[in-house]
Amino acid sequence: MGMTMTQKILAAHAGLEKVTAGQLIEANLDLVLGNDITSPVAIHEMDKMKVQTVFDKDKIALVPDHFVPNKDIKSAEHCQCVRQFAKKHDITNYFEVGEMGIEHALLPEKGLVVAGDVVIGADSHTCTYGALGAFSTGVGSTDMAAGMATGKAWFKVPSAIKFILTGKPAKWVSGKDIILHIIGMIGVDGALYQSMEFTGDGISNLSMDDRFTIANMAIEAGGKNGIFPVDSLAIEYMKEHSIKTYQIYEADPDAEYEREITIDLSTLKPTVAFPHLPENTHPIDEIEEIVVDQVVIGSCTNGRIEDLRVAARVLEGRKVKKGLRVIIIPATQKIYLQAMEEGLIKTFIEAGAIVSTPTCGPCLGGYMGILAAGERCVSTTNRNFVGRMGHIDSEIYLASPAVAAASAITGKISSPYGLGL
Amino acid sequence: MKANGVVFKYGDNVDTDVIIPARYLNSSDPVELAKHCMEDIDKEFIRKVSKGDIIVANKNFGCGSSREHAPIAIKAAGVSCVIAETFARIFYRNAINIGLPIIECKEASKGIENGDKVEIDFDSGIIYNQTKGTQYQGQAFPEFMQKIIKAEGLINYINTRE
Repeated sequence: MGMTMTQKILAAHAGLEKVTAGQLIEANLDLVLGNDITSPVAIHEMDKMKVQTVFDKDKIALVPDHFVPNKDIKSAEHCQCVRQFAKKHDITNYFEVGEMGIEHALLPEKGLVVAGDVVIGADSHTCTYGALGAFSTGVGSTDMAAGMATGKAWFKVPSAIKFILTGKPAKWVSGKDIILHIIGMIGVDGALYQSMEFTGDGISNLSMDDRFTIANMAIEAGGKNGIFPVDSLAIEYMKEHSIKTYQIYEADPDAEYEREITIDLSTLKPTVAFPHLPENTHPIDEIEEIVVDQVVIGSCTNGRIEDLRVAARVLEGRKVKKGLRVIIIPATQKIYLQAMEEGLIKTFIEAGAIVSTPTCGPCLGGYMGILAAGERCVSTTNRNFVGRMGHIDSEIYLASPAVAAASAITGKISSPYGLGL
Repeated sequence: MKANGVVFKYGDNVDTDVIIPARYLNSSDPVELAKHCMEDIDKEFIRKVSKGDIIVANKNFGCGSSREHAPIAIKAAGVSCVIAETFARIFYRNAINIGLPIIECKEASKGIENGDKVEIDFDSGIIYNQTKGTQYQGQAFPEFMQKIIKAEGLINYINTRE
């Protein structure tokens, strides 16, 4: 029996010819990531270790992004802790306010992750880099500490679900709709402990930003990682952004999968996940009137340039519904600048939205858009758990940038089709 | 190694946002985090919990964010063990790494109710419901996991090995 794409990457990093599902291995790490919430806990753990040096100062990325620019004194102290650690160990890839971005948009943009890499990050959405054909997965702070000190991590080799994507998505149907559809189909623990391996000719119809969004939300189905084959588009992206050498791994033709699911992308509709789980999905044409108070467009899931272009296409020449708050957050400084140069920021502000510096802020109920009791938000973020964006009696509806922007105009959950687009 | 306490029972998909809401993640102090443990799913929890008590839940406990603050808060609140039908994978790793015992056992998760008094033997994996007189076989802890838990976490365990 052959190996899946994920298993091949893990075997190579463990120095093994072959691995099988369930096997415990120790793998060499190409990158260890942390943010301003998880790194201080890891740094504290590292302080307790006998080993007081990092394994490779070039292979650690520290990105304060959750509560920065510092939202309060305690957050400032956390960021200070990370900054001092980065200075002490001369960490190459520490990104201060002004050069930072939301970690999972920033790392591929900076070329820090390429195909074939093994990456752990103390943030659950580290699975994003599977879009580039890397094995990347979220861990906790202790694993991050051990990874920073040793350059290694233990893994249980995962089994996999194969998703065969065919066809071309309709207009206004994006990566977000595809992954929400999948989570709706298999549930929030449908891929628990497993890899989600995406294949099929439909992938050629997906942009890199679509793929980042899909891989990003593998964790919302419980997945260990989500991974895409490396095609010419992925190679082009890596050549544009990175000087690192990439390595292409392909699943064996006789690789074993626990399940195979075929999805014809041309049949999908804009999809919305209702409170309080990402699996509570509904196609847009089956949704009755749901009036909203706030719209958020951004996050590691949907704050990339293509997401902003889609939002601008919908908002162009239109006005945000009176009384609605619309918050748009470009995911990195580069995306922010690009959006400015393309005139997207002007479109947003003229429509009545606000545009923020990169931050995870509202996605996890940190700051910059907290909800009061009874309020509803349409958000392009990744989780709609109880209290995720504020009060436990508030509600989050997860959607694509197109649906979020259309909802900003009408004040209720809507698609661009309803605006005649 | 044994645990003994009163059960706090929850359902499916208890996520790390309700275990420790992000509005408190500007702190990483276990004592501070424990004050808000389970706040968004059970406001009474922290007032009622005593040292040694046990959390029992259904499937996918600890889903969502990778915040290690979640098992840290549960442990610092005095909880001696979490039993669930299944755990989200990052929470599972984090719990072991910080030395919070967790056991997957579908039958126990179905059979045990809120307020039951339960005893757990980590060496044998036996879960005994003293209130109902029922017994369940959970997975025994492998030796290295028991060592991590006894050492109060992976880092201390690594230090004792070297």
